[in-house]
Amino acid sequence: MNSYLEKGYLNLDDITIPSVDRRAKGPVAVIECVQEIPCNPCQDACPRGAITIPGSINNIPRIDFATCNGCAICVANCPGLAIFVVDETYAEDRALVGMPYEFLPLPEKGEEVSLLDRSGAPIGVGIVERVRNAKAQDRTPIVFLSMERELSMLVRFFRRIDL
Amino acid sequence: MRLEKHPILSFQRGESFTFTFDGKPMTAFGGESIAAALHAAGHKTLSHSLRHERPRGFFCAIGKCSSCMMEVDGIPNVKTCLVLAEPDMEVRTQTGWGELRAVPKKRLYPRRELPALKTDVAVVGAGPAGLSAAIYASRHGARVMVFEENSQIGGQLIKQTHMFFGSRDHHAGVRGIDIGDKLIGQLGEAVQIFTSTPVVGYYAPGVLAVIKDNRLHKVEAEKIIVAAGASENMLAFPNNDLPGVYGAGAVQTLMNVYGILPGRRMLMVGAGNIGVIVAYQALQAGMEVAAVVEALPTIGAYQVHASKLRRCGVPILTRHTIKRAFGDSSVVGATIMKIDDKWRPVEGTEEDIKVDTICLSVGLKPTTEIFYQAGCRMLTIPELGGEVPYRNEYMETSVPGIYVAGDASSIEEASSAMLEGRLAGLDAVEQLKGSSQEIHLQKGEVEESLRELRAGPFGEKIRAGEEKMKQEGSSA
Repeated sequence: MNSYLEKGYLNLDDITIPSVDRRAKGPVAVIECVQEIPCNPCQDACPRGAITIPGSINNIPRIDFATCNGCAICVANCPGLAIFVVDETYAEDRALVGMPYEFLPLPEKGEEVSLLDRSGAPIGVGIVERVRNAKAQDRTPIVFLSMERELSMLVRFFRRIDL
Repeated sequence: MRLEKHPILSFQRGESFTFTFDGKPMTAFGGESIAAALHAAGHKTLSHSLRHERPRGFFCAIGKCSSCMMEVDGIPNVKTCLVLAEPDMEVRTQTGWGELRAVPKKRLYPRRELPALKTDVAVVGAGPAGLSAAIYASRHGARVMVFEENSQIGGQLIKQTHMFFGSRDHHAGVRGIDIGDKLIGQLGEAVQIFTSTPVVGYYAPGVLAVIKDNRLHKVEAEKIIVAAGASENMLAFPNNDLPGVYGAGAVQTLMNVYGILPGRRMLMVGAGNIGVIVAYQALQAGMEVAAVVEALPTIGAYQVHASKLRRCGVPILTRHTIKRAFGDSSVVGATIMKIDDKWRPVEGTEEDIKVDTICLSVGLKPTTEIFYQAGCRMLTIPELGGEVPYRNEYMETSVPGIYVAGDASSIEEASSAMLEGRLAGLDAVEQLKGSSQEIHLQKGEVEESLRELRAGPFGEKIRAGEEKMKQEGSSA
């Protein structure tokens, strides 16, 4: 049995992740959606056609990491809030991770936050680099956090520290 | 406590005014139900049980559970979750069966019979299924009346803040609240909507009894589409009747329709999609969620919904259940415990947690009274939610001219409810006005979309239920 059925969160080996080489080339989306559920907005959201759901809408989305440029448009379009954008070229030894954040208040640029992994456990401290909240995102802001590069595939949420 | 800010919603409250509750002044805002306004002031106890006079609060908040009945302006047994608060209203906690202390302003039974309301299609319930049925029947030339017991239309859509799944062609990626608005925008002039108008009976052939403004009206319809929705299941545990124990939909109504928090810290029982989604919505509204307990060995919700809750740090405990709630006048805590693979409690694993809100999300039951009254053939199909009316592939029941759609037909998603509503509306208007190429094509499209929605592993249960339904049809 897959452990996520019991625990609710995915392990790294449940997910199709972009290779180290691909990550070294710039931002890329990571889709953390592993069940056959009837859903397809991500496919239409991608302006480059990098995401496909061939055949039935129940199929699992596939992403072509070579075509994806990490623009993050899919992040706010995913009804399951299951897409993240990872940029390991952000700065020397630092990665930038973009994640959907439908909570108030939104964090401020430059703010230090506690980084959480998929189970909600704290695994470090990151910095809010920007918050993207365009009208087209329809109330799903994307928060971009910088962090130590090795955390990029582990951090999927954060908590504000001084609240 | 009333919310001022919400990440998804903006609350449009009317002017504030006062009414009285057991003689004490109480503040409400325009558009708030009596029960919601009392909650905002911290009054969760609305009634008392008849025999043991135990305190009771509402469980459903949508007019189904009857735990919210109070005396309003001298009239007992008023469902305060449905009736909006008004300035100078006198609201009292009633004891026992209640007693009629005032004559209603308008007589319920007039001296002469009121003229019947006549329509081509009558729709019971203005949720996603009912509105879709009305839209499609009216598009092809039927006059439609929709009767809704709540003060707002949209059914459960009006509290769904999350983006819907499904296909882009059918509103996927759009928030439920906005789908409701879209449907309302599609209602043409041939559709008349009656809110705060419960349907209280069916009389053959084709007559509905409805109550509007305290008066009983007769509705004569050629076709009747019943999209009455469902009610939430209760779970047996000591003190499950304490105020502070709610169905998941009731918590959503308070939080997302009225912007009123039911409490500060919640225990969610049930890790299906609704349980996990409502737990997440509680976090968005600013509540704490202590845990989600689930008796099954696995989480029933979509992984993506479970994952977004987990990464916020909320534990989902499978093979756990609630043993009891505690508190005198309302919930102050709960005991949770492990259960083994034979569903027996594991002694010594009890854990007391401090919560003021217990939210139950343990399944739904179709609302079917009208079908029984109309003599529709009823079936027991657990995969569809229990007792459901037999219906053919176009949603017509065994009584010609009576249709079913949405959760009343099978417990499923709003996306399939909208499709079932369309199908019922199309078939009803086809029978009334004759067939056309367009209707034929649209019916085919809807059937195909339904098949696609139900095609995946999560549609397995519904497919099994549909299969049983089909077999019943061929054996009848």
